[in-house]
Amino acid sequence: MLKINNLWATVKDAAILKGINLQINPGEVHAIMGPNGSGKSTLANVLSGRPEYIVSQGEVEFLNQPLLSLTPEERAAQGLFLAFQYPVEIPGVNNLYFLKTAYNSIRKQKGLQPLDAFDFMKLVKDKIALLDMDEKFLHRSVNEGFSGGEKKRNEILQMLILEPRLAILDETDSGLDIDALQIVAKGVNSLRSPERAILVVTHYERLLRYIEPDFVHVLVKGQILKSGDKNLALSLEETGYQELIAEPRAEKH
Amino acid sequence: MSDSAYLNEVVNKTYQHGFITDIEMDVIPVGLNEDVIRLISQKKNEPEFLLQWRLQAYQYWLQMTPPQWQHLKIEPIDFQSISYYSAPKSNKDGPKSLDEVDPKLLETYDKLGVPLHERARLAGVAVDAVFDSVSVATTFKEKLAEAGVIFCPFSEAVKNHPDLVRQYLGSVVSYRDNFYAALNAAVFSDGSFVYIPPGVRCPMELSTYFRINSANTGQFERTLIIADADSYVSYLEGCTAPMRDENQLHAAVVELIALDRAQIKYSTVQNWYPGDEQGRGGIYNFVTKRGACRGVASKISWTQVETGSAITWKYPSVILQGDHSIGEFYSVALTRNYQQADTGTKMIHLGKNTRSTIIAKGISAGHGQSTYRGLVRVAPSAEKARNYSQCDSLLIGDLCGAHTYPYIEVKNSTAQIAHEASTSRIGEDQLFYCRQRGITTEDAVSMIVNGFCKEVFKELPMEFAVEAQKLMAVSLEGSVG
Repeated sequence: MLKINNLWATVKDAAILKGINLQINPGEVHAIMGPNGSGKSTLANVLSGRPEYIVSQGEVEFLNQPLLSLTPEERAAQGLFLAFQYPVEIPGVNNLYFLKTAYNSIRKQKGLQPLDAFDFMKLVKDKIALLDMDEKFLHRSVNEGFSGGEKKRNEILQMLILEPRLAILDETDSGLDIDALQIVAKGVNSLRSPERAILVVTHYERLLRYIEPDFVHVLVKGQILKSGDKNLALSLEETGYQELIAEPRAEKH
Repeated sequence: MSDSAYLNEVVNKTYQHGFITDIEMDVIPVGLNEDVIRLISQKKNEPEFLLQWRLQAYQYWLQMTPPQWQHLKIEPIDFQSISYYSAPKSNKDGPKSLDEVDPKLLETYDKLGVPLHERARLAGVAVDAVFDSVSVATTFKEKLAEAGVIFCPFSEAVKNHPDLVRQYLGSVVSYRDNFYAALNAAVFSDGSFVYIPPGVRCPMELSTYFRINSANTGQFERTLIIADADSYVSYLEGCTAPMRDENQLHAAVVELIALDRAQIKYSTVQNWYPGDEQGRGGIYNFVTKRGACRGVASKISWTQVETGSAITWKYPSVILQGDHSIGEFYSVALTRNYQQADTGTKMIHLGKNTRSTIIAKGISAGHGQSTYRGLVRVAPSAEKARNYSQCDSLLIGDLCGAHTYPYIEVKNSTAQIAHEASTSRIGEDQLFYCRQRGITTEDAVSMIVNGFCKEVFKELPMEFAVEAQKLMAVSLEGSVG
């Protein structure tokens, strides 16, 4: 589904990613872990096409098509979704209206007719129940005045409605208490299916207790230093990243 | 197209009402002196009292200097290089029925999206069309007269309702008020006059469409609206002008009077020519708008959407004299290219339990500069006065500016005043967030700006709310290549 081949990227002239290789197949859940500043969020942003992030080398294929030449909105229409680490506020824009605009924009790009307000509302009601969200959320402005946890839940709501093929979660666990974490995880797990893949970017192992990954990769200084199964996350939690950073490069993917 | 390239295009969108109507005009020579004022008054067959009032205003104006306190860069205006009267020759005998109006004028208003005939058929909005210095057509006059409503050009009101004019003219905005109000009082040519009798709810929206056409002329219109006890009126105004390299002056005065329990809702969509992307040309818009809530529990509400003009200088205000009276000000001001706007309001609380609300939204793009300037004054007599003010600024790009000058003067300790202000940027962050969800940049900008303006747009009458949203879209969206 996603093939990253020797990906190098810079932000404001600083090289952040230095040769990433990664393959994600349908149905898989991958976790990228790493210390602060290792390039985890950069990877998430590069994949979703954020303009300030410049790819200097390498290729990415998504659903057997080159990804990097697509605009962010085209990538979204292809089924790539990023749950933001810091969701932005859009004052005066009704959350429900935003969701519907996004949903129908993607349908339009796919050549489908827009869903009417009635059918759309039905779709939304099912999803907010799953996330234990109040309907009042829909009538507030996008993320405006939301608590940290509410913002993250709103991201997951958008994800459930847009039903992406590949969902990238960028530090979705940061700022969440344990109850909110469980609800968010429940939402994410409801999306797991043989046609979909999930890429979880996180600093801590905590989230991975609830969203169990098939593969764990450790990103340090813009390179994947180590890959393994979920046990790698557990051992990292005990030893910390320091040991890994100190080691010479163990293996190359 | 990248976001920054798109934003660049957005701020360089061209003006859509910039054409010139080729029609024979009666234009008096440039310059200003007592003879010019006498000539204007004579052309309009005015009664002596009005001529004397104009001359007094002129004498007063001669002693004044243009205000300097505003946050605007303005080249000095040469008041002797402007013509103070310009009217289509075909209009010599004053406004007639629609059938007699010069087809070229009708065509002009068609092109501007204000088809007078069509509007005449579609009941609901009555239009007074002002072309340079004169009113060229007023629709629905007869139908309104059945309800006792007077809606006519100012010059006609002077002839047919001199007592009302004499009683109220200058009673809210004195010619001593400020430099441009004095100038207007001396040379004003036309405008709209509205009187709603006691207990009457005006059966349709009233509107005036102002068009500047001739070069080197100024437009100095004067609008007077009187809502008698227990009456209601909603009034709209729209404004456009041709594209020219020279700046043109527009200095209007609007006076509103609301008697006991009367309500006046005054909405403006101002789209004068804003100048080109280098800042050449455009209208200098110096306007004094003020309403007096004279009666108990009366209400005056100003809503403005200001997208045009090179310079906007206006502060639609409310004097809250009657106990329990209410003043409201809702504003969206957009500046782009080299446009500058210094706009806001004054809420003067005199009566007991008076309330005022101010919602001001400034949007700056390109090299645009938006300033909010507002005064809330609570007099010692204004027991339990309340005010809520909110001023928000939205910046698009990094060459523009937003400024806020709130003045609050409270002389009564029972007053409750709340002021909130914010400045934000349509950032790459918001745009990227929308695009990541599949929304195109164009739709995202439009959504963000409309969201920002929502609290103001919802105050506009329905027909205008749609027009305002479209205008914002035209002004902001551009076409994505």
